[in-house]
Amino acid sequence: MNAIAEAAVPVAASYKPAGQVVIDCHVKSIHYGKFHAVRDSIVPIEKNRITGFIGPSGCGKSTVLRSLNRMNDLVDGFRFDGHVHYHSKDIYAKKVDPVVVRRYIGMVFQQPNPFSMSIYDNVAFGLRLNRYKGDLDERVEKALRSAALWEEVKNKLRNSGLSLSGGQQQRLCIARAIATEPDVLLMDEPCSALDPIATRQVEELMLELKEHYTVALVTHNMQQATRVADTTAFFSVDISGGGRTGYLVEMGPTREIFEAPREKLTRDYISGQFS
Amino acid sequence: MSNIDLTAAVVPLKTPRLERQIFEVRAMKSLALTALTWAAAILASIPLFSVIYMLVVQGGARLDWEALSALPPAGFEMGGGFGNAIVGTLVMVAIATALSVPVGILAALYLAIIGPQSKISEVARFFAKVLTGFPSILAGVFAYATVVLWMGSYSAWAGGIALAVLMLPTVTLAAEEAMKQVPQRMKDAAFGMGCTRSQVIWKVVLPTGMSGILTGVILAVAGAAGESAPLLFTALFSNYYLTELAEPTASLSILIYNFSGMPFENQIELAWAASLVLVLIVLVFNILARVLGRPRY
Repeated sequence: MNAIAEAAVPVAASYKPAGQVVIDCHVKSIHYGKFHAVRDSIVPIEKNRITGFIGPSGCGKSTVLRSLNRMNDLVDGFRFDGHVHYHSKDIYAKKVDPVVVRRYIGMVFQQPNPFSMSIYDNVAFGLRLNRYKGDLDERVEKALRSAALWEEVKNKLRNSGLSLSGGQQQRLCIARAIATEPDVLLMDEPCSALDPIATRQVEELMLELKEHYTVALVTHNMQQATRVADTTAFFSVDISGGGRTGYLVEMGPTREIFEAPREKLTRDYISGQFS
Repeated sequence: MSNIDLTAAVVPLKTPRLERQIFEVRAMKSLALTALTWAAAILASIPLFSVIYMLVVQGGARLDWEALSALPPAGFEMGGGFGNAIVGTLVMVAIATALSVPVGILAALYLAIIGPQSKISEVARFFAKVLTGFPSILAGVFAYATVVLWMGSYSAWAGGIALAVLMLPTVTLAAEEAMKQVPQRMKDAAFGMGCTRSQVIWKVVLPTGMSGILTGVILAVAGAAGESAPLLFTALFSNYYLTELAEPTASLSILIYNFSGMPFENQIELAWAASLVLVLIVLVFNILARVLGRPRY
């Protein structure tokens, strides 16, 4: 292929995860119709850690993240080549139901997206979906407490989820996602629509969540990656083939990526010198 | 040249006149156009207010319990009412609603969510739009040719089906619009929670779009309640209370049409009262649409 591609694959593969790998993602290629979006990226997600995905716009970090719970299946023309092993089962195997995958691997989106229902019903949504038989009130409270939102909303659980501020809405979405106690939480730029104070709160929340959950986080904000991510994956765009194909350049412990990156591309991006 | 003369800027300007100048051309134009829009607005509301005024004055006089409950009087008879016509109108509108709302909402579901870009959708959407501008008498012809000739009699069924044909496109298009208003990110959230497509529709799209759907349904109902042309040769008329849906059925609009042309004072008064009742029914439906159409969250 070309020099960058050949350099990229061995580097990405050379990251030996220290912890237990929950999701082992091997992307050969991802296409949207004719558009070649991502190629050759091996991204292991480790248990009870936060894995940050960074890189410039169009580098495929969101695409890779959304491939981890088959959210991309909803996009017309999406084609995934490779495999994603979740607890050693390939979620792209023919027999696998993407709906079930998403119940184990939850998602928090870029824009806060509560349903137009009460705060309580938003959090209870997934529990009702799974026909949860136990004490609904208790689980809703637990989820809201874990999302650091309980104190702010405990007296207005019947109010609309849409009446909350942006930061509160995003924490409500996190509460909704963790109410069913999923295994993994995928977060696609969860703070990009929030102000610095709300961002801080969500970041602190992420650090608490990793005690119980495994988190994969896409972020545009490199400081955010240094603040919360244990492991960081740097993606870039390859324009050599005429298209704009994203790929994994380098992955490793966050400190190494930011203080001693092995790749020039990573170094340039982190120091703000991108061409 | 480097020394710019700053003194020029310090020269006091002539004090500007900030007061409103009534006889300035621009101000006069503005005044004339404002007056014109006022006049147009008043002119446009004259028909509505004069009709309502006439209805209240002329119809209000005869509006009592007898008028609301009794059967229509014959030729020279005094008293009487149009209770059977109120019941007939409500029953036929109910039949039309029961037929058109489920079909309309399911069609909207297809248009908005299942295959919005498909060929079938494009064709169906086009025909629904054509059907909204359909002359209502042709809906009557359709129901006559199918239901009346087939059953061999004028009936409440035929009237209800004719009204359903008229309501269907309104319900479909309004419901499609309401479902399209549900933001994509809410649907993404539902899929992200592990909903199947039907769960996304039942638990998120329909509840979120419900207020818009209800508004469309109730406005279609209000429109159907006031129709007369499609009932002329489907439900016809009856001087008695409805006992069976397969029989000719009275309706307010046909009663108004019949009685207003009669040479008897009593019938003409009743026609006015019936008109007032019809307007009130439509008004109640409109208010319901407003109240139920308010988003809950």
